[in-house]
Amino acid sequence: MKAAPFRYHAPRTIDEAVTLLAEVAPLDGRVLAGGQSLVPIMAFRLTRPAHLVDINGVEALRRLAVEGERLCIGACVRHSAFHRPVVDGPLGQLLSTVVHHIAHHPIRTRGTFCGSVAHADPASEWCTVAATLDAEIVAQSVRGSRVIPAREFFAGIMTTTLAEDELLTEVRLPLLAPDTRFGFYEFNRRAGDFALAMALAVYRVEDGRIVEPRLAVGGAEPHARRMADAEQVLAGRPPTAESFADAAEHAAAAVDPMEDAQTTAEYRRDLVRTVARRALERSLT
Amino acid sequence: MTEKIDIELHINGRGHAVRVEPRKTLVDAIRDECGLTGTHIGCEHGVCGACTVIIDDDAVRSCLMFAVQAQGKRIRTVESLADGDKLHPMQAAFIAHHALQCGFCTPGFLMLAVNALETNPDLTDEEILDLLSSNLCRCTGYQNIIKAVRSTFAEMRQAHAR
Repeated sequence: MKAAPFRYHAPRTIDEAVTLLAEVAPLDGRVLAGGQSLVPIMAFRLTRPAHLVDINGVEALRRLAVEGERLCIGACVRHSAFHRPVVDGPLGQLLSTVVHHIAHHPIRTRGTFCGSVAHADPASEWCTVAATLDAEIVAQSVRGSRVIPAREFFAGIMTTTLAEDELLTEVRLPLLAPDTRFGFYEFNRRAGDFALAMALAVYRVEDGRIVEPRLAVGGAEPHARRMADAEQVLAGRPPTAESFADAAEHAAAAVDPMEDAQTTAEYRRDLVRTVARRALERSLT
Repeated sequence: MTEKIDIELHINGRGHAVRVEPRKTLVDAIRDECGLTGTHIGCEHGVCGACTVIIDDDAVRSCLMFAVQAQGKRIRTVESLADGDKLHPMQAAFIAHHALQCGFCTPGFLMLAVNALETNPDLTDEEILDLLSSNLCRCTGYQNIIKAVRSTFAEMRQAHAR
Protein backbone atom coordinates (compact mmCIF):
# COMPACT_ATOMS: atom_id res chain seq x y z
CA MET A 1 0.00 0.00 0.00
CA LYS A 2 2.80 2.43 -0.83
CA ALA A 3 2.83 4.49 -4.01
CA ALA A 4 5.45 3.66 -6.62
CA PRO A 5 8.34 6.15 -6.94
CA PHE A 6 7.75 9.35 -8.90
CA ARG A 7 9.45 12.67 -9.58
CA TYR A 8 7.80 15.54 -7.74
CA HIS A 9 7.30 18.99 -9.26
CA ALA A 10 5.85 21.98 -7.41
CA PRO A 11 5.19 24.88 -9.80
CA ARG A 12 4.25 28.30 -8.37
CA THR A 13 2.45 29.74 -11.40
CA ILE A 14 0.01 28.47 -14.05
CA ASP A 15 2.66 29.08 -16.74
CA GLU A 16 5.18 26.98 -14.86
CA ALA A 17 2.56 24.26 -14.32
CA VAL A 18 1.58 23.95 -17.99
CA THR A 19 5.21 24.11 -19.12
CA LEU A 20 6.04 21.26 -16.76
CA LEU A 21 2.97 19.36 -17.85
CA ALA A 22 3.92 19.69 -21.54
CA GLU A 23 7.26 18.19 -20.63
CA VAL A 24 6.19 15.35 -18.35
CA ALA A 25 2.68 14.41 -19.58
CA PRO A 26 4.13 12.29 -22.43
CA LEU A 27 6.34 10.60 -19.81
CA ASP A 28 3.29 9.53 -17.80
CA GLY A 29 3.09 12.69 -15.74
CA ARG A 30 -0.10 13.61 -13.90
CA VAL A 31 -1.52 16.63 -12.12
CA LEU A 32 -1.88 16.37 -8.35
CA ALA A 33 -4.60 18.62 -6.91
CA GLY A 34 -6.41 17.54 -3.72
CA GLY A 35 -5.18 13.98 -4.13
CA GLN A 36 -8.21 12.39 -2.51
CA SER A 37 -8.79 10.11 -5.52
CA LEU A 38 -5.33 10.00 -7.11
CA VAL A 39 -3.36 9.15 -3.95
CA PRO A 40 -5.52 6.13 -2.99
CA ILE A 41 -5.28 4.64 -6.47
CA MET A 42 -1.52 5.25 -6.37
CA ALA A 43 -1.41 3.43 -3.01
CA PHE A 44 -3.16 0.49 -4.66
CA ARG A 45 -0.70 0.83 -7.57
CA LEU A 46 -3.63 0.95 -9.96
CA THR A 47 -1.73 3.90 -11.37
CA ARG A 48 1.96 4.68 -11.07
CA PRO A 49 2.68 8.03 -12.65
CA ALA A 50 6.36 8.74 -13.25
CA HIS A 51 5.90 12.45 -12.51
CA LEU A 52 3.47 14.42 -10.38
CA VAL A 53 2.87 18.11 -11.01
CA ASP A 54 1.55 19.36 -7.66
CA ILE A 55 -0.55 22.48 -8.32
CA ASN A 56 -1.33 23.20 -4.65
CA GLY A 57 1.31 25.93 -4.52
CA VAL A 58 -0.16 27.88 -7.45
CA GLU A 59 -1.77 30.86 -5.74
CA ALA A 60 -3.73 31.94 -8.86
CA LEU A 61 -5.64 28.65 -8.85
CA ARG A 62 -7.22 29.38 -5.46
CA ARG A 63 -9.47 31.97 -7.07
CA LEU A 64 -13.16 31.75 -6.24
CA ALA A 65 -14.93 34.77 -7.67
CA VAL A 66 -18.01 36.06 -9.42
CA GLU A 67 -17.23 37.43 -12.85
CA GLY A 68 -20.18 38.86 -14.72
CA GLU A 69 -22.95 36.28 -14.56
CA ARG A 70 -20.67 33.42 -13.60
CA LEU A 71 -19.07 31.89 -10.54
CA CYS A 72 -15.44 31.03 -11.36
CA ILE A 73 -13.99 28.16 -9.35
CA GLY A 74 -10.21 27.81 -9.54
CA ALA A 75 -8.49 24.43 -9.67
CA CYS A 76 -7.32 24.57 -6.03
CA VAL A 77 -10.65 25.50 -4.44
CA ARG A 78 -11.47 22.74 -1.94
CA HIS A 79 -14.87 21.13 -1.48
CA SER A 80 -15.03 22.61 2.03
CA ALA A 81 -15.12 26.13 0.55
CA PHE A 82 -18.75 25.40 -0.31
CA HIS A 83 -19.84 24.29 3.19
CA ARG A 84 -21.40 27.73 3.47
CA PRO A 85 -22.93 29.52 0.46
CA VAL A 86 -20.16 31.20 -1.57
CA VAL A 87 -22.56 33.51 -3.41
CA ASP A 88 -25.95 34.99 -2.55
CA GLY A 89 -28.93 33.38 -4.17
CA PRO A 90 -29.83 29.87 -5.30
CA LEU A 91 -26.42 28.87 -6.73
CA GLY A 92 -24.68 29.30 -3.37
CA GLN A 93 -27.48 27.36 -1.67
CA LEU A 94 -27.34 24.63 -4.28
CA LEU A 95 -23.59 24.14 -3.91
CA SER A 96 -23.75 24.10 -0.10
CA THR A 97 -26.55 21.52 -0.26
CA VAL A 98 -24.69 19.23 -2.64
CA VAL A 99 -21.27 19.49 -0.94
CA HIS A 100 -22.44 17.64 2.16
CA HIS A 101 -22.97 14.53 0.04
CA ILE A 102 -19.32 14.44 -1.00
CA ALA A 103 -17.43 11.79 0.94
CA HIS A 104 -16.60 12.92 4.50
CA HIS A 105 -15.42 16.08 6.21
CA PRO A 106 -11.64 15.35 6.18
CA ILE A 107 -11.84 14.47 2.47
CA ARG A 108 -13.64 17.71 1.72
CA THR A 109 -10.89 19.77 3.37
CA ARG A 110 -8.38 18.55 0.73
CA GLY A 111 -10.32 17.44 -2.34
CA THR A 112 -11.09 20.07 -4.96
CA PHE A 113 -14.11 20.95 -7.11
CA CYS A 114 -12.09 21.01 -10.33
CA GLY A 115 -10.21 17.84 -9.40
CA SER A 116 -13.53 16.00 -9.18
CA VAL A 117 -14.57 17.34 -12.56
CA ALA A 118 -11.23 16.36 -14.15
CA HIS A 119 -11.31 12.90 -12.50
CA ALA A 120 -14.86 12.41 -13.89
CA ASP A 121 -15.93 9.60 -11.61
CA PRO A 122 -19.47 8.64 -12.67
CA ALA A 123 -20.57 9.05 -9.03
CA SER A 124 -19.15 12.58 -8.67
CA GLU A 125 -21.61 15.12 -7.32
CA TRP A 126 -19.75 18.06 -8.87
CA CYS A 127 -19.83 16.39 -12.29
CA THR A 128 -23.62 16.14 -11.92
CA VAL A 129 -23.74 19.84 -11.00
CA ALA A 130 -21.50 20.71 -13.98
CA ALA A 131 -23.72 18.73 -16.36
CA THR A 132 -26.96 20.16 -14.96
CA LEU A 133 -25.85 23.78 -15.18
CA ASP A 134 -23.89 23.45 -18.44
CA ALA A 135 -20.67 24.49 -16.76
CA GLU A 136 -17.80 25.93 -18.77
CA ILE A 137 -14.53 24.13 -18.22
CA VAL A 138 -11.34 26.07 -18.85
CA ALA A 139 -8.32 24.10 -20.05
CA GLN A 140 -4.87 25.59 -20.42
CA SER A 141 -1.69 24.28 -21.99
CA VAL A 142 1.42 25.72 -23.59
CA ARG A 143 -0.64 25.69 -26.80
CA GLY A 144 -3.13 28.15 -25.33
CA SER A 145 -6.42 28.20 -23.48
CA ARG A 146 -9.84 26.89 -24.45
CA VAL A 147 -13.30 26.69 -22.90
CA ILE A 148 -15.06 23.34 -23.08
CA PRO A 149 -18.82 23.11 -22.45
CA ALA A 150 -19.70 20.36 -19.93
CA ARG A 151 -21.70 18.39 -22.53
CA GLU A 152 -18.52 18.09 -24.64
CA PHE A 153 -16.23 17.45 -21.69
CA PHE A 154 -17.39 14.17 -20.16
CA ALA A 155 -16.63 11.25 -22.45
CA GLY A 156 -17.06 8.15 -20.29
CA ILE A 157 -16.09 6.55 -17.00
CA MET A 158 -13.24 8.71 -15.66
CA THR A 159 -12.68 9.90 -19.21
CA THR A 160 -12.81 13.47 -20.47
CA THR A 161 -11.87 15.38 -23.59
CA LEU A 162 -9.03 17.13 -21.74
CA ALA A 163 -5.75 16.56 -23.58
CA GLU A 164 -2.89 15.03 -21.58
CA ASP A 165 -0.90 18.27 -21.53
CA GLU A 166 -3.89 20.40 -20.55
CA LEU A 167 -4.45 21.70 -17.03
CA LEU A 168 -8.04 22.24 -15.96
CA THR A 169 -7.60 25.71 -14.46
CA GLU A 170 -11.17 26.73 -13.72
CA VAL A 171 -14.82 25.70 -13.85
CA ARG A 172 -17.42 28.42 -14.43
CA LEU A 173 -21.02 28.02 -13.30
CA PRO A 174 -23.85 30.37 -14.29
CA LEU A 175 -25.37 32.35 -11.43
CA LEU A 176 -29.01 31.39 -10.97
CA ALA A 177 -31.92 33.84 -11.00
CA PRO A 178 -33.24 34.58 -7.48
CA ASP A 179 -36.50 32.70 -8.14
CA THR A 180 -34.70 29.52 -9.27
CA ARG A 181 -35.75 26.39 -7.43
CA PHE A 182 -33.58 23.33 -7.05
CA GLY A 183 -33.66 19.89 -5.49
CA PHE A 184 -30.91 17.29 -5.05
CA TYR A 185 -31.20 13.67 -4.02
CA GLU A 186 -28.54 10.98 -3.81
CA PHE A 187 -28.74 7.31 -2.89
CA ASN A 188 -25.81 5.35 -1.49
CA ARG A 189 -25.55 2.42 0.87
CA ARG A 190 -23.43 4.12 3.56
CA ALA A 191 -22.96 7.73 4.61
CA GLY A 192 -20.30 9.31 2.41
CA ASP A 193 -20.02 6.35 0.07
CA PHE A 194 -20.07 6.52 -3.74
CA ALA A 195 -23.54 7.29 -5.08
CA LEU A 196 -25.43 4.52 -6.84
CA ALA A 197 -27.60 7.21 -8.38
CA MET A 198 -28.31 10.90 -7.87
CA ALA A 199 -30.38 13.59 -9.49
CA LEU A 200 -30.34 17.37 -9.55
CA ALA A 201 -33.36 19.37 -10.66
CA VAL A 202 -33.25 23.11 -11.38
CA TYR A 203 -36.09 25.22 -12.77
CA ARG A 204 -38.12 28.41 -12.40
CA VAL A 205 -41.86 28.90 -12.19
CA GLU A 206 -43.79 31.49 -14.18
CA ASP A 207 -47.57 31.80 -13.82
CA GLY A 208 -47.64 28.51 -11.93
CA ARG A 209 -45.80 26.63 -14.67
CA ILE A 210 -42.27 25.23 -14.89
CA VAL A 211 -39.91 27.11 -17.19
CA GLU A 212 -36.26 26.36 -18.10
CA PRO A 213 -36.26 22.91 -16.48
CA ARG A 214 -32.96 21.13 -16.02
CA LEU A 215 -32.83 17.58 -14.71
CA ALA A 216 -29.57 15.64 -14.68
CA VAL A 217 -28.84 12.16 -13.43
CA GLY A 218 -25.42 11.09 -12.10
CA GLY A 219 -23.96 7.83 -10.87
CA ALA A 220 -26.14 5.67 -13.10
CA GLU A 221 -24.39 6.00 -16.45
CA PRO A 222 -20.69 6.39 -17.38
CA HIS A 223 -21.11 10.13 -16.88
CA ALA A 224 -23.75 12.53 -15.60
CA ARG A 225 -25.99 14.14 -18.20
CA ARG A 226 -29.19 16.10 -18.59
CA MET A 227 -32.30 14.08 -19.35
CA ALA A 228 -33.91 15.83 -22.34
CA ASP A 229 -37.12 13.76 -22.37
CA ALA A 230 -37.77 14.34 -18.70
CA GLU A 231 -37.09 18.08 -19.06
CA GLN A 232 -39.57 18.30 -21.94
CA VAL A 233 -42.18 16.61 -19.80
CA LEU A 234 -41.66 19.21 -17.07
CA ALA A 235 -41.70 22.32 -19.27
CA GLY A 236 -45.00 24.18 -19.09
CA ARG A 237 -46.48 21.93 -16.40
CA PRO A 238 -47.21 22.95 -12.80
CA PRO A 239 -44.64 21.71 -10.23
CA THR A 240 -46.79 18.96 -8.75
CA ALA A 241 -46.33 15.36 -7.64
CA GLU A 242 -47.94 14.25 -10.87
CA SER A 243 -45.61 16.10 -13.26
CA PHE A 244 -42.61 15.09 -11.11
CA ALA A 245 -43.57 11.40 -11.24
CA ASP A 246 -44.06 11.67 -14.98
CA ALA A 247 -40.62 13.26 -15.48
CA ALA A 248 -38.99 10.65 -13.22
CA GLU A 249 -40.56 7.91 -15.35
CA HIS A 250 -39.07 9.47 -18.49
CA ALA A 251 -35.64 9.78 -16.85
CA ALA A 252 -35.73 6.11 -15.83
CA ALA A 253 -36.72 5.08 -19.34
CA ALA A 254 -33.93 7.15 -20.91
CA VAL A 255 -30.95 5.90 -18.88
CA ASP A 256 -28.65 3.11 -19.96
CA PRO A 257 -27.63 1.99 -16.46
CA MET A 258 -24.19 0.67 -15.52
CA GLU A 259 -24.13 -2.75 -13.91
CA ASP A 260 -21.86 -4.31 -11.34
CA ALA A 261 -21.89 -7.38 -9.13
CA GLN A 262 -24.14 -5.73 -6.54
CA THR A 263 -26.23 -3.53 -8.80
CA THR A 264 -28.27 -4.80 -11.73
CA ALA A 265 -29.37 -2.47 -14.53
CA GLU A 266 -32.97 -2.99 -13.49
CA TYR A 267 -32.24 -1.93 -9.91
CA ARG A 268 -30.33 1.14 -11.04
CA ARG A 269 -33.13 2.14 -13.39
CA ASP A 270 -35.52 1.89 -10.45
CA LEU A 271 -33.14 4.02 -8.39
CA VAL A 272 -33.05 6.65 -11.14
CA ARG A 273 -36.83 6.85 -11.08
CA THR A 274 -36.75 7.35 -7.33
CA VAL A 275 -33.86 9.84 -7.10
CA ALA A 276 -35.30 11.92 -9.96
CA ARG A 277 -38.70 12.09 -8.27
CA ARG A 278 -37.22 12.89 -4.86
CA ALA A 279 -34.89 15.57 -6.26
CA LEU A 280 -37.89 17.22 -7.88
CA GLU A 281 -39.93 16.92 -4.68
CA ARG A 282 -37.14 18.53 -2.69
CA SER A 283 -37.36 21.57 -4.95
CA LEU A 284 -40.63 22.39 -3.19
CA THR A 285 -39.19 22.53 0.35
CA MET B 1 14.20 4.70 -6.16
CA THR B 2 13.82 8.39 -6.66
CA GLU B 3 15.99 10.98 -5.07
CA LYS B 4 15.24 11.96 -1.52
CA ILE B 5 14.29 15.54 -0.79
CA ASP B 6 15.21 17.57 2.30
CA ILE B 7 12.15 19.04 3.94
CA GLU B 8 11.17 20.46 7.29
CA LEU B 9 7.94 19.45 8.97
CA HIS B 10 6.45 21.60 11.74
CA ILE B 11 4.67 19.25 14.09
CA ASN B 12 3.19 20.28 17.43
CA GLY B 13 5.25 23.48 17.47
CA ARG B 14 8.57 21.79 16.74
CA GLY B 15 10.57 21.60 13.53
CA HIS B 16 11.73 18.24 12.18
CA ALA B 17 14.32 18.26 9.41
CA VAL B 18 13.81 15.06 7.45
CA ARG B 19 14.92 13.53 4.19
CA VAL B 20 12.18 11.70 2.31
CA GLU B 21 11.31 10.24 -1.04
CA PRO B 22 8.46 12.23 -2.64
CA ARG B 23 6.25 9.16 -2.47
CA LYS B 24 6.44 8.98 1.32
CA THR B 25 3.05 9.80 2.79
CA LEU B 26 2.78 12.36 5.54
CA VAL B 27 1.68 9.74 8.05
CA ASP B 28 4.71 7.56 7.31
CA ALA B 29 6.98 10.58 7.76
CA ILE B 30 5.28 11.59 11.02
CA ARG B 31 5.75 8.09 12.43
CA ASP B 32 9.01 6.85 10.90
CA GLU B 33 11.03 10.05 10.48
CA CYS B 34 9.71 12.13 13.37
CA GLY B 35 9.05 9.30 15.83
CA LEU B 36 5.52 10.45 16.62
CA THR B 37 3.73 7.13 16.63
CA GLY B 38 0.50 8.37 18.19
CA THR B 39 -0.93 8.83 14.70
CA HIS B 40 -2.00 5.43 13.46
CA ILE B 41 -2.05 3.92 9.98
CA GLY B 42 -5.11 1.87 9.21
CA CYS B 43 -6.24 1.45 5.62
CA GLU B 44 -3.67 3.63 3.82
CA HIS B 45 -6.23 4.72 1.26
CA GLY B 46 -8.32 7.34 3.00
CA VAL B 47 -11.22 5.24 4.19
CA CYS B 48 -10.72 4.59 7.92
CA GLY B 49 -9.60 7.95 9.32
CA ALA B 50 -7.11 6.50 11.83
CA CYS B 51 -4.39 8.81 10.47
CA THR B 52 -6.42 12.03 10.80
CA VAL B 53 -4.27 15.00 11.84
CA ILE B 54 -4.89 18.75 11.89
CA ILE B 55 -3.09 20.84 9.28
CA ASP B 56 -3.52 24.62 9.44
CA ASP B 57 -6.92 24.25 11.17
CA ASP B 58 -8.26 21.53 8.87
CA ALA B 59 -8.73 17.87 9.76
CA VAL B 60 -7.06 15.87 6.97
CA ARG B 61 -6.11 12.29 6.30
CA SER B 62 -2.35 12.11 6.47
CA CYS B 63 -2.23 8.96 4.33
CA LEU B 64 -3.65 10.96 1.39
CA MET B 65 -0.95 13.61 1.44
CA PHE B 66 2.70 13.26 0.64
CA ALA B 67 5.11 14.54 3.26
CA VAL B 68 6.67 16.96 0.74
CA GLN B 69 3.29 18.67 0.47
CA ALA B 70 3.23 19.48 4.18
CA GLN B 71 6.28 21.77 4.17
CA GLY B 72 5.57 25.13 5.74
CA LYS B 73 2.30 23.96 7.27
CA ARG B 74 1.38 23.67 10.94
CA ILE B 75 0.74 20.02 11.72
CA ARG B 76 -0.88 18.86 14.94
CA THR B 77 -1.04 15.25 16.06
CA VAL B 78 -2.64 13.52 19.02
CA GLU B 79 0.56 14.07 21.05
CA SER B 80 -0.30 17.78 21.18
CA LEU B 81 -3.62 17.37 22.98
CA ALA B 82 -2.60 16.75 26.59
CA ASP B 83 -0.88 19.47 28.60
CA GLY B 84 1.62 17.41 30.62
CA ASP B 85 -0.50 15.07 32.73
CA LYS B 86 -3.64 17.08 32.11
CA LEU B 87 -5.73 15.48 29.36
CA HIS B 88 -7.62 17.51 26.78
CA PRO B 89 -11.36 17.58 27.66
CA MET B 90 -12.05 15.43 24.58
CA GLN B 91 -9.57 12.79 25.78
CA ALA B 92 -11.09 12.88 29.29
CA ALA B 93 -14.57 12.44 27.79
CA PHE B 94 -13.41 9.43 25.76
CA ILE B 95 -12.31 7.79 29.02
CA ALA B 96 -15.44 8.83 30.95
CA HIS B 97 -17.76 7.45 28.25
CA HIS B 98 -15.71 4.34 27.53
CA ALA B 99 -15.27 5.55 23.94
CA LEU B 100 -12.28 3.33 23.28
CA GLN B 101 -11.40 -0.30 23.66
CA CYS B 102 -8.35 -1.28 21.61
CA GLY B 103 -7.54 2.39 20.96
CA PHE B 104 -6.39 1.97 17.39
CA CYS B 105 -8.90 4.42 15.90
CA THR B 106 -8.81 6.80 18.88
CA PRO B 107 -6.12 9.28 17.71
CA GLY B 108 -8.00 9.83 14.46
CA PHE B 109 -11.34 10.31 16.17
CA LEU B 110 -9.77 12.69 18.70
CA MET B 111 -8.16 14.90 16.06
CA LEU B 112 -11.33 14.93 13.97
CA ALA B 113 -13.48 15.87 16.97
CA VAL B 114 -11.02 18.39 18.46
CA ASN B 115 -10.70 20.16 15.11
CA ALA B 116 -14.49 20.42 14.86
CA LEU B 117 -14.71 21.68 18.45
CA GLU B 118 -12.15 24.40 17.70
CA THR B 119 -13.47 25.52 14.32
CA ASN B 120 -17.19 24.80 14.59
CA PRO B 121 -18.26 24.68 18.27
CA ASP B 122 -21.95 25.11 17.42
CA LEU B 123 -22.35 21.77 15.63
CA THR B 124 -25.70 20.15 16.39
CA ASP B 125 -25.96 16.56 17.61
CA GLU B 126 -27.03 15.55 14.10
CA GLU B 127 -24.03 17.32 12.53
CA ILE B 128 -21.70 15.64 15.03
CA LEU B 129 -23.11 12.28 13.95
CA ASP B 130 -22.45 13.16 10.31
CA LEU B 131 -18.90 14.29 11.15
CA LEU B 132 -18.09 11.08 13.03
CA SER B 133 -19.41 8.92 10.18
CA SER B 134 -16.08 9.63 8.45
CA ASN B 135 -13.98 7.42 10.75
CA LEU B 136 -14.12 3.69 11.38
CA CYS B 137 -14.00 1.92 14.73
CA ARG B 138 -14.22 -1.85 14.93
CA CYS B 139 -14.88 -2.33 18.64
CA THR B 140 -16.94 0.24 20.51
CA GLY B 141 -19.98 0.16 18.26
CA TYR B 142 -19.69 3.97 17.92
CA GLN B 143 -22.38 4.85 20.47
CA ASN B 144 -19.87 5.72 23.18
CA ILE B 145 -17.71 7.73 20.79
CA ILE B 146 -20.77 9.74 19.79
CA LYS B 147 -21.68 10.25 23.46
CA ALA B 148 -18.16 11.39 24.36
CA VAL B 149 -17.96 13.92 21.53
CA ARG B 150 -21.47 15.27 22.03
CA SER B 151 -20.88 15.68 25.77
CA THR B 152 -17.62 17.59 25.18
CA PHE B 153 -19.38 19.96 22.76
CA ALA B 154 -22.18 20.45 25.30
CA GLU B 155 -19.72 21.14 28.13
CA MET B 156 -17.83 23.69 26.05
CA ARG B 157 -21.05 25.45 25.14
CA GLN B 158 -22.08 25.58 28.80
CA ALA B 159 -18.65 26.87 29.81
CA HIS B 160 -18.95 29.68 27.26
CA ALA B 161 -22.52 30.51 28.30
CA ARG B 162 -21.43 31.12 31.91
